[in-house]
Amino acid sequence: MSVTTAENRVAVATQRQLIWWRFKKHKLALISGIIVILFYVTSIFADTIAYTEPFDTQAARSYIPPQPIHWFDANGHFHPTVSALKGKRDPRTFKLSYAPDASEPRDVTLFAHGYEYNLFGLIPTDIHLLGVTDGKPQDALFLLGTDQLGRDVFSRLMVATRTSLSIGLIGVIMSLVLGVLIGGLSGLYGGWVDVVIQRIIEILRSIPTIPLWLGLAAAVPNSWSPQQVYFAITLIISLIGWTELARVVRGRFLALREEDFITAAVLCGASQMRIIFKHMVPSFLSHIIAAVSLALPAMIISETTLSFLGLGLRPPAISWGVLLQDAQNLQTLALAPWLLVVAIPVIVVILAFNFLGDGLRDAADPYG
Amino acid sequence: MLNYLARRLVLAVITIWAITVVTFIILQLPPGDFVDAYVAQASAVGTAISAAEADALRHAYGLDQPLIIQYFKWLSHILQGDFGQSFEYGRPVTEVIGDRLWLTVVLSLGAIMVTWGLALPIGIYSAVRQYSIGDYIFTFIGFIGLALPNFLLALIVMYLGLRLFNVSVGGLFSSSFALAPWSWAKLWDLMEHLPVPMLILAMAGTAQLVRIMRANLLDELRRPYVVTARARGLPERRVIMKYPVRAALNPFASTVGYLLPFTVSGSVIISVVLSLPTVGPILLHSLISQDELLSSTIILMLGVLTVLGTLLSDLLLMWIDPRIRMGALK
Repeated sequence: MSVTTAENRVAVATQRQLIWWRFKKHKLALISGIIVILFYVTSIFADTIAYTEPFDTQAARSYIPPQPIHWFDANGHFHPTVSALKGKRDPRTFKLSYAPDASEPRDVTLFAHGYEYNLFGLIPTDIHLLGVTDGKPQDALFLLGTDQLGRDVFSRLMVATRTSLSIGLIGVIMSLVLGVLIGGLSGLYGGWVDVVIQRIIEILRSIPTIPLWLGLAAAVPNSWSPQQVYFAITLIISLIGWTELARVVRGRFLALREEDFITAAVLCGASQMRIIFKHMVPSFLSHIIAAVSLALPAMIISETTLSFLGLGLRPPAISWGVLLQDAQNLQTLALAPWLLVVAIPVIVVILAFNFLGDGLRDAADPYG
Repeated sequence: MLNYLARRLVLAVITIWAITVVTFIILQLPPGDFVDAYVAQASAVGTAISAAEADALRHAYGLDQPLIIQYFKWLSHILQGDFGQSFEYGRPVTEVIGDRLWLTVVLSLGAIMVTWGLALPIGIYSAVRQYSIGDYIFTFIGFIGLALPNFLLALIVMYLGLRLFNVSVGGLFSSSFALAPWSWAKLWDLMEHLPVPMLILAMAGTAQLVRIMRANLLDELRRPYVVTARARGLPERRVIMKYPVRAALNPFASTVGYLLPFTVSGSVIISVVLSLPTVGPILLHSLISQDELLSSTIILMLGVLTVLGTLLSDLLLMWIDPRIRMGALK
């Protein structure tokens, strides 16, 4: 009895339901999906989660190691505080070292007032997720330490996450447009159009791309504003991903062209536009979503790499690559290893996108 | 077979031509030319260069002619083996590049050997012992390898090397050999320095290839012919190695066309991080200082070598795989 109800359920389920059921079975992909969503939520609220102005420099706070929050007070009650820091310069080596001053604890509070910013770029506010009671988190709160110029690494990391993730997303949308257009042409018309496009893709894929992108990125003039550089770099990295997306789209077009329901639609006299958008696109949309989530990590790696080499986004823009640039040489790494912490979100988000993409790809064809 | 060969050759020639065009276009993109950069540099150190002098320089380097003429001039010089002078170093480009190109080739080829040498046994092991502890460990390492951009891996290895073993993993030569002429001792020194960068460079490719190998072999292992072989009492080792592994190997050889450009690209980046004396660091430097003839030569050489390498691997594939040789596979 229960078997037949389950069967009935499957029989009448829409394609969307089938895909969701299949996707839910892939636990790793499900968790990765949640992680990806969390990352994007973080990047939307980056300024709120940050607590110190990301550009706020101060020589006296140079290279402060990460400072923990003390969760409980002396009586064992939950009472999160941080200690103020006293910097001391070694008279012989001139190295600055910091010691917590336990006599002056400051309360850590939620939704505290801090520096002013525009939420979603629109609403002016100064509420931050974390803060300290005296309203000066820049002197007390150093969750991930500071860099050479005394800027707070945690706050900068939040803003960098927004930049890097949005570049990946916009880049992937641009290469999707290119890929669908060119791959669609290739699959739809076949014949010599297909041959030429396939050869071009083959040529592009046999060229070592990094030197070429370096060349393109180096061509972005120094005088451009951060916004212009942002779009130029996004455009450059979107040139990376489109060949793979075009290949997927073309493959789906070719496979679908032979399907009975397409033939039926043609025989019924449906127009080409109707066939493409009403019949073909819905049946390969899920494949495209899967291909996109597999292409995104490559975009993020490209941006990070270009910026790391100094040819991508440039300071004052903040991205993962720009932050990692600070950790470029051995001396810095030996002095301030916490600057490498930026590597963790990079790895986590790339892994999450890969697993998510795998799960989506399996679920994209729920009849298999 | 001849058809296949001809097709590959034509494609290689077109690709190389495309590389020359794209390279040339890219290098024309930055606003201003080398002379502008040179003038700016000179005025920064206090030497003024007049507009007339700048124009004379432009004329001497042919920068005042239309682009298409500049392109053909550039191309004809290159075909004669004349790559021009590096503006910045004031020496022939080929001299600036010197041994670096060959060190890049050695590093990349070495990394591909490592990729194959690791991916093959690990892939077979992971498929045959699916869901064993070893399989999980390799899968985990593989995912990390896939997720870590190689410059980050290089940074982390460098940091750990310093922290745990107090050694600096940068460079390809000890300081005493860096400028010395080639000798057996220097070659040995190179051999000692190569493995770490080679492993770093091979990591991402290996991770990808292990996944492909594992998936392919798992498909093959479920085929009825494997059951038949087992049922007839063939030793397990022979059952696996004789047929399924050989069948699963095919995509292995066909991915080399993408593995090579991928590895060469990676070598540029990790060379910058680990300060290896390959073409990577001078490419980056010449791009920043707009030393166009130097950077274009490097991009061109890397591209052409990659295409030739891919062509060679195609010939190898043809030799190995009878299906291509007999023309069954287009």
